[in-house]
Amino acid sequence: MDLRYRAAVLGRVLLAALGGYAVAALATGLLALVLPMPRSEAVATATLLSFAVMIAVVVGVFAVRSLGRAALLVGGLALPLGAGLWLVQTLAGTA
Amino acid sequence: MRQGFRQSMAWLHAWSGLVVGWILFAVFVTGTASYYRAEISRWMRPELRTVQADPSQSAERAVAFLKARMPDAAGWYIEFPKPEKPVIGVHWWKSLAGPFHQALLDPETGAPTAARDTKGGDFLYRFHFELSMPPTLGRYLVGACALVLLVALVSGIVTHRRIFADFFTFRRHARSAQRGWLDAHNVAGVLALPFHLMITYTGLVTLAPLYMPWGVQTAYKGDEIRFFTEAGMMPEMPVPVGRPGSLAPIAPIVAAATARIGEAPEGMAIYSPGDARPTVVAIFEEPHGLAHLHPQIAFDGATGAIHGEAGTARAATVTSAVMVGIHEAHFAGPVLRALFFLCGVMGAATVATGLVLWTVARAPKGAQAAGVGLALVQVLNLGTIVGMPAAIAGYFLANRLLPIGLADRAAWEIGSFFGVWGLVAVLGALRPASRRWPEALRLAGALYLAVPVVSALTTGEHLLRDTRFLGFDLAMLALGAGLIVAAHKAGRRHASARDSRRSPGMTGEEALRA
Repeated sequence: MDLRYRAAVLGRVLLAALGGYAVAALATGLLALVLPMPRSEAVATATLLSFAVMIAVVVGVFAVRSLGRAALLVGGLALPLGAGLWLVQTLAGTA
Repeated sequence: MRQGFRQSMAWLHAWSGLVVGWILFAVFVTGTASYYRAEISRWMRPELRTVQADPSQSAERAVAFLKARMPDAAGWYIEFPKPEKPVIGVHWWKSLAGPFHQALLDPETGAPTAARDTKGGDFLYRFHFELSMPPTLGRYLVGACALVLLVALVSGIVTHRRIFADFFTFRRHARSAQRGWLDAHNVAGVLALPFHLMITYTGLVTLAPLYMPWGVQTAYKGDEIRFFTEAGMMPEMPVPVGRPGSLAPIAPIVAAATARIGEAPEGMAIYSPGDARPTVVAIFEEPHGLAHLHPQIAFDGATGAIHGEAGTARAATVTSAVMVGIHEAHFAGPVLRALFFLCGVMGAATVATGLVLWTVARAPKGAQAAGVGLALVQVLNLGTIVGMPAAIAGYFLANRLLPIGLADRAAWEIGSFFGVWGLVAVLGALRPASRRWPEALRLAGALYLAVPVVSALTTGEHLLRDTRFLGFDLAMLALGAGLIVAAHKAGRRHASARDSRRSPGMTGEEALRA
């Protein structure tokens, strides 16, 4: 149980909690805008799914082999979701 | 982190479970008790008797009281008397940020009720998701714990190689205590697994507007009211004009609402009552079924004319409302409600056995001394697992023993709840490890057994004279007897553990995988 192990555990906990929530929040925000249904239904559907998204990310962060891969997983999900959300909001703003 | 998916999930299960276990145990116990919130509230106000009250008249009395109390409020809410709560509940607030004031009125006079001052079952209900903390902080904390519980459930399922076989496995007479605790944890966890998954996810959905507001944020620019209105959960409401005015008589509005739906509303909300354009909303009980969707009609409070009705909710909104409905189980009849209660007890038992298993699996072997961490977990385990139920018994006893006229009586009852909890935890920590469980369980059992006795002595009502509280008294006796039996078992286990040699221990992860 050396310091490096402890630091890696702390890293995963932070990545799971903050990264998991960030991915879930971005996915909810994006789906609420792009799901092909009435606005209120899209919000309700996205919100219902959000907790499952977060749990999947948390399980993924603890399941992959290394902290680096866990960071890649969270980053690989958050970046496209964030970019998509930015794009949709920008397009809606100019339309 | 360990190699392999199952191993990493076993690690995740053991540690995530420990970190939130104590809070989750309290949440499960108070939530389970809340299935009988109305019955608890009724028992805690024994002075109240069922009365026949006319909603229109009740509304007039409530409005007269509220006008005198806070004419320039942001909102008032009136709850009509019902068989399980035979008083008029009134609430008033100057701002949505609080504070929220409330009182109970006698339906026959319109004056504050003479019944004892208590929070009743509402205290346990609110503790279930606010932990007696500032509301938002408590809700965030419980939400975080619920998310971790969901992670623990998923990782626990993954960890089980033989989830179906475990369903039928309970080695009660197993040689090692750890094996027995593991099986108990599995039985309680797996048998009611659908309930555990359901109650955790639906609990998160119930407070989703707080936990996950980002859909409303992007699609509605954060305008929650707009979202609720479009989703069919709220009617369109008149906008206040900012000039003082007066409220139309309330009785005709109640009558119009009743005529429209075919039954009397369960409550009336009045927004900006002192404005020239106030809003009156009649709120009805959920129609028969699973969904937690109250029909609502909004009236222009200046003229008394109907302004709008809540629309028809569509699939996703109804799904969401059904989740809230299943969580609260308002739809359930007596048998189904008892089943929900039992499942809740199993949930609490799963958390409790998991916490105990964590310490048993890490108990020192041979001459090794127990570490500070382990000792701390052991003390906190007892303080929570026995202290929490004992505290509820203390709350009930305080309800009968505190003088009726005591100032801030309801706060004293809550103080007794925490006092008993702290007392059990401290006494448990001071006693030697082999004695603390049987002693604390016996104390908690005695407190429960005392509840019907103290109640009979102080109110003169008992099961032989009046069957009004028969169910409550029997539940107290059953809980007390159960705790005494548990104390007996815990005492025996320690006696036999001293005689026989401990079987070679496993680490928590090994235990989970076994």
